[in-house]
Amino acid sequence: MALTGLEIYKILPQTNCKDCNYPTCLAFAMKLAAKQASLKDCPHVSEEAKVKLEAASAPPIALVTVKSDGSEVKVGNETVLFRHEKTFYHKPGLFWHLRDTEDTEELKGKAAEAEAYHVDYVGIDLYLDGFAVEAASGDPGTFKAAIEAIQSESKKPLILIAPSADLAQAGLEAAGDSRPLLYAADANNWEEIAGVAKAKDVPLTVRGESLDELAELTEKIAGVGVEELVLDPQITGYLDSLELLTTLRRLALKQTFRPLGYPIITFPGADAEADETLLAAEHITKYGGFVVLEEFNPASLYALLVLRQNIYTDPQKPIQVQPGIYEINSPDENAPLLVTTNFSITYFSIANEVEGTGWPGWLLVTDAEGMSVLTAWAAGNFDAERIAKDAKAFDVEGKVSHRKLIIPGHVAVISGELEEEMPGWEIMVGPREAVDINSYLKAMWSN
Amino acid sequence: MTIEIPVEKWAGSVREVTIGATAEDGGTRSHTITVGGETSLPFLHFEGQTPNRPILALEIRDRKPDSWSPLLLEAWGEAAEDPGAWAKAAEEAGADMIYLTLSLTNADGEPNTPEAVRTAVRKVLDATGLPLAVAGPGQAEIDNELLVPVAEEAEGERLLLGVCEDKNYRTIVAAALAHNHLVQSRTPMDVNLSKQLVILIHDMGLPLERIIMDPTTGALGYGIEYGFSVMERLRLAALQGDAMTQQPMLVNPGYEAWKVKESKIGEGVPENWGDWKRRALEWEAITATTLMHSGADILVLQHPDNLRRLRAVIDALASPATTT
Repeated sequence: MALTGLEIYKILPQTNCKDCNYPTCLAFAMKLAAKQASLKDCPHVSEEAKVKLEAASAPPIALVTVKSDGSEVKVGNETVLFRHEKTFYHKPGLFWHLRDTEDTEELKGKAAEAEAYHVDYVGIDLYLDGFAVEAASGDPGTFKAAIEAIQSESKKPLILIAPSADLAQAGLEAAGDSRPLLYAADANNWEEIAGVAKAKDVPLTVRGESLDELAELTEKIAGVGVEELVLDPQITGYLDSLELLTTLRRLALKQTFRPLGYPIITFPGADAEADETLLAAEHITKYGGFVVLEEFNPASLYALLVLRQNIYTDPQKPIQVQPGIYEINSPDENAPLLVTTNFSITYFSIANEVEGTGWPGWLLVTDAEGMSVLTAWAAGNFDAERIAKDAKAFDVEGKVSHRKLIIPGHVAVISGELEEEMPGWEIMVGPREAVDINSYLKAMWSN
Repeated sequence: MTIEIPVEKWAGSVREVTIGATAEDGGTRSHTITVGGETSLPFLHFEGQTPNRPILALEIRDRKPDSWSPLLLEAWGEAAEDPGAWAKAAEEAGADMIYLTLSLTNADGEPNTPEAVRTAVRKVLDATGLPLAVAGPGQAEIDNELLVPVAEEAEGERLLLGVCEDKNYRTIVAAALAHNHLVQSRTPMDVNLSKQLVILIHDMGLPLERIIMDPTTGALGYGIEYGFSVMERLRLAALQGDAMTQQPMLVNPGYEAWKVKESKIGEGVPENWGDWKRRALEWEAITATTLMHSGADILVLQHPDNLRRLRAVIDALASPATTT
């Protein structure tokens, strides 16, 4: 549990020496509590105080880093149960489950397919994070060959599913310089697997039948020096998943229960009863860390990646684009002029749509504090006055020779007022949805 | 080691609201549905009750819609030609409730009329015994013009009438009061606005047991996170005892998800968007399932296949606690 400023003050030297560049120890303590200063700035702090503060400031959910040549996936370090309380920080990693019992050519083909998979969502590049390769054959040589085959096509990070020390060893050798997540230590094999993880300094998954067993195992494993751990509570369906993952998040955050303060791995496709996509969606929303998918389906993956992006957006900072006048498809002075807000999803929906139709157009993006059309209108950030002001500021009169402005259908009600604010302009009420822009322009734009 | 499972104690609960009326209560529905009553966050049976499952409604129209995705029209086939047949098909697909949205115009592009909507509502009531929600086309004056005759036509059926918004709720609430119906109180993704409209409606004399709160949402990729967080905040406020946030919540993931490009368009989109039908179905299903986790009590869908998928999720989540 984080300490308050006063609690920190009590263990500081209390000399007000100013060596930390703050006027008093209390002021420094307050900055420490707000995480705006570092204990290193105090040259006089006692060892005992250091230990106490470090223990208290360790994140309640450990950060786990899986890396390969080129990319990395970090999960954990979450601080809240609900995204509105602050934000969710580290997006769960989405991995595709592959098995070494498949032919190496097949594996290469799959790795190449996943490697080529990129989708653009509001200017953000979305892709699969990596592969979870399972030593299903039980043979170290086969496992090695499978990993090498996959790595010949894709450098994405790996999870190595290896139930014994020699398989884990073989897998790590094949993985070379990368830093995979090892899966999994359980009550029977933990000593030998933890030994391999420690020697190679890689994160390790711990699997247990119950939370009690998991907590006992993580303490033992942390005790031998493997500190980056991931939990597999072995969920099966929608309900036990929700209960277990919520309980784990609460134990870590509300009770600072260190033995279970680690990110969680789930296999939403393992339960034949559940719909893999919908269970994976639950894991993205409710506290999953690594999500291992049985099926690689572009349509479903796109939807899950977008969900992950949405849920992990910082609620305090809507993604915004710069207000201004944007050119689409090299417009001339006769091209239609549309206006919208600077909320990025709104902007991209419209910009992509206009671009896709082939219409040259001007898009006036007003400063609506990053809100969507209706929300901005309700909040007074997208009214006639604001639009008229930005139209002037970005010199729309110098861009187009006509005097016609198309406003979003959702704010049809402001058209009269806007005509008063922009004398000489005809205000046209456009469609409510971006997807209808093409048919609207076809019907309404005569130039 | 024995770990104590953290359990939250909540002071408040969600209000129970019943939609529809059987002959006993002056209606003609074969049964009623009750939503709300939760005393915990969604589905956490180890700390509270979920006495009523979330319900799944299917949206139908009073005539075949002009702008629906071809995938939806294909799924409904000929049923979409007639509101009675459509309601029957929705019941057969497993809907708990029918959500009928009235069109702005008739098929010839002329304004919809009170007579026409009376006929459509009558057809739906005759075709199925399910409880019914009826929403106007979404333009204040026309909504009022059409919903008043609907309220009269379905006197005593305890319809859910929609939608009340802060700029237009008085006429609809008055019609609900006069003819024994409920209302849908919709506000644009904001906790305080949600609360405020419930208060305004309640101040007109409509009991809280007849108000369903619609906090609005965005589709996956189009602002779902706003709707999601507003719903989580509303539900937390309800459990903490804030009386005017304790109405059950309705959201319309079907409408939201099926109007976006990912669902509507099959051609000229990036190849990595994958198979159109699968993508469109995932869009609606993920939008719905995510909102269920943020506290939705009524989910209005548009595709019958997704109703079956969501039903399986609800069956699993809403069954009583087995693990504690």
